[in-house]
Formats: sequence, C-alpha cells, structure tokens
Amino acid sequence: MKLIEGFRDKDICAALIKQIEKEATGRYRFMEVCGSHTMAIARFGIKSILPENIELVSGPGCPVCVTPQCEIDGIFKLVEQGAVITTFGDMMKVPGSQGQNLQELKSAGADIRIVFSPLDAIKVAKETGKETVFIGIGFETTAPAVAAVALSAKQQGVKNVSVTPYNKTMPEVLGILLDDENLNIQGFVCPGHVTVVTGTSLYTPMAEHGMAAVITGFEPVDVLTSVLEMVRQVNSGKFEVKNMYGRVVSEKGNEKAQNILNTVYEKAGCWWRGIGWIDNSGLAFRPEYKEYDAFHKFGISLEGEKETPGCRCGEVLKGYIKASDCPLFGSACTPESPVGPCMVSSEGACAAVYKYGE
Amino acid sequence: MCLGFPGKIVEMDEYSAVVDIAGTKRDVSIMMLPDEVVVGDWVMVHAGMALARMDEEDAHATLEALAMLAEEMDRMDADETN
Ligand code: SF4
Ligand code: SF4
Repeated sequence: MKLIEGFRDKDICAALIKQIEKEATGRYRFMEVCGSHTMAIARFGIKSILPENIELVSGPGCPVCVTPQCEIDGIFKLVEQGAVITTFGDMMKVPGSQGQNLQELKSAGADIRIVFSPLDAIKVAKETGKETVFIGIGFETTAPAVAAVALSAKQQGVKNVSVTPYNKTMPEVLGILLDDENLNIQGFVCPGHVTVVTGTSLYTPMAEHGMAAVITGFEPVDVLTSVLEMVRQVNSGKFEVKNMYGRVVSEKGNEKAQNILNTVYEKAGCWWRGIGWIDNSGLAFRPEYKEYDAFHKFGISLEGEKETPGCRCGEVLKGYIKASDCPLFGSACTPESPVGPCMVSSEGACAAVYKYGE
Repeated sequence: MCLGFPGKIVEMDEYSAVVDIAGTKRDVSIMMLPDEVVVGDWVMVHAGMALARMDEEDAHATLEALAMLAEEMDRMDADETN
C-alpha cells in the first residue's frame, strides 16, 4: 500500500508547496465547494502552509448549512404532529428558531431515529405502523437515495412513509457564484462525491466562464495538487475541468441514479440560506409521487424566517466574509450552542474555523 | 455529508448486497449500481446505496482519508458534549 502512504507523505507535500510558491506569481482566490474539503483543509492547516498570495474560501458545500430556517422549522412541526422521524445524525443538533433541536426532543421522548439509509424509513414505517418521515436533505449524491424511498414505498404499497422535499441541486447555485462579480474567484475545488452521480459535465460552465475546476479527494496531497493545477490554469489562461478523483467519477455520472431522480422529482425553485431564492435549484415531487411529500401529507406550509437573525452564514457561504468576521462567532455562537447551521454541521465552515482556526 | 464510503461486497442478491465497510457489515441497495458487479468487488456506498464500482487501490486510499476525517469529526462531537 505504498500509494496510501504517498497521499500524506510530508516530502510530497513539501515539494508541492515549493512548486506552488515557484509558479504562483500573481494573486489567486479559489473556492472549495464541498464541506468535506472545508473540513480537510482546516484539519491539515492547509491555509497556513500556502503562500499568502493564495486564498482559499469556503463555499455553499454543506447541504445542512444551506437549508433555510423555515425548512428546519418544518421538521419540528412534523415532530409536533407526532410523526416518527428518521434522519442522518448530522441533523440532530441543528437549532429551530425557538432554540429546540431533535436531540433534546428525542431525550424528551419523541420518536426520532438516526438511520444509515433513507430506505430504513420504510422498515421503521412497517415496524411501528405509524406515520414515518425521513428528513431528506442533500445534493445530487443523496437525493437519489431519498427518491428511492418514494419509489420503493410505492412499489411495496407502503402508505405511512414520506420524506421532506429538501433536496437541492448544484449547477444553479454554482451558476450564481459564477456570475457574482464581487466574489472574484479564479477556480473551484469541486466535490468528488456529487460528481459520481452528476458526471463531470456539471463543471463545464466554470471552464467556459474562465475559471479552473478541479475535482479532487480529501488528502492534503489531493488538495495541494488541485491548487497547483488551478494556479497553472490561471497562469496559462486555458481553463478546463480536470478530474483528479480517478475512476469513480466519469463524464456522464451515474445514469441510473439520474433516472431515479427524474422519475420521482421535477425541478423547482427553492430557498438557500444566505443566498436566497434560486430558480430550478430544488427538487419537488412529481404529481405521481406527491403522496410521499411529508408537507403535503401533513398539511404543513413553510413560512417564516429564511435566515436566523444575527447569523451571517449567508456571507460566509458566499465567501464574502470569514467565519471569524461574524460578530457572533465564538461568543454567542459556538458548537455547543450554535446560532447558525454552519456552526452545527461538522462540515460547516464556522465549525471548521472554530475547531482549527483560520 | 454526501461522502461515499468504499466497501467490499460479501453477499448479494438481485436488489441488495451486504457490504463490508471498514469492518462493519451493512445492507445496501444496488438499484443504482451501473455496472455488473460480483461478490468481492469494491463499491462506493452513500446513504445505503452502492453508487459506483471502485478499484481496490482507490478504495483503500479513500478509506484511509475518510477514517481520518471521521476520527476528527468524532473528536469534535466529543469535545462538544464534554
Ligand atoms: S460531498 Fe457533498 S455534502 Fe458532502 S461535504 Fe461535499 S458537497 Fe457537502
Ligand atoms: S458564527 Fe454562527 S452566527 Fe456567525 S455565521 Fe457562523 S454559524 Fe452563523
């Protein structure tokens, strides 16, 4: 397993940094779209070893972080109505606008279960016989698995299961970032796992807009190699989508997963925390699957605050300000008592900075 | 959050497989697996779905990287609850 050792090899990192210093003759600003990249960059102190003329900013890469407050509050309305909640673990501490969270409600006796797969919701529904909801929040990687709940439930004739219609898609938000002149980004570090489903063509518009787009993994060597690649593209003025995430990512992506998405969902506009309404950036149930839309079923309408007052996640998510520039950072807002989702999610930009520093 | 985890298929039928992910056995759906896969193959698993076939070397490298990140996240969570 020489290969594995090579990924974190100090000498390789040192050599890469040297090479980057040599070639990086201008000023560069790159955005990592993905929350796991934010984590990895913070964890390995990559910002501190890069020369100061290269800036890395975090983007809207964590689906929990970009879910607006009114949608988060919708989850608590489902609990109030007595639904059995199934969810991934990362939702448990996300605060509602009254300060409540799923973990507390669970301790207080609500039936809230952390599951491994969205399909587990069907098992729970059969087991309990009660109305069971899966909290489906995710981008293209997760959305097909969430769609599969509706698909399988329909096939099996299971009626007491539904999911929240909170999935979002990447191309539209990336388009907004591309058009944002204030951002001044020259390249994107792109998430490998989303790309497994969508295919690399997702990033073609970036190259067409004169920006580098590099799909890469989560090791220091991966990130540094992608920085070097972006510096080279900027210097040469020749931009292209570069896949450094190997064999799991293909140009077309996973067509079966795409078909499942298209069967269950249709494109619809939706709110992104901090960014606002983006046309066609969400996935709504097609009429044939509407009965699996939890809000349709429970008659819940989502109104209210789209943002948490005082929280500047929006600006953090667009790379305008650093997490530490938010006046609440580290004082009113900490991982123990988070104000905004960027501090809750372990992949959130604020949580990463809180833990590891800039 | 939409991280995929590499695992090795130890059993499978038409719709699902048992996949060993770093020593933990999980039932995963193979409805989205594009390729022909057989027992012994490595696949990337996300949210209970096998999403792509991986080669073994890639799988090991990814597992290592993820194990480290997961450890970090656990540590963060532990710090929070302390
Ligand atoms: S893989 Fe997807 S959900 Fe996970 S951190 Fe990256 S962009 Fe976010
Ligand atoms: S520090 Fe807290 S309040 Fe400020 S932007 Fe981050 S999550 Fe929001």
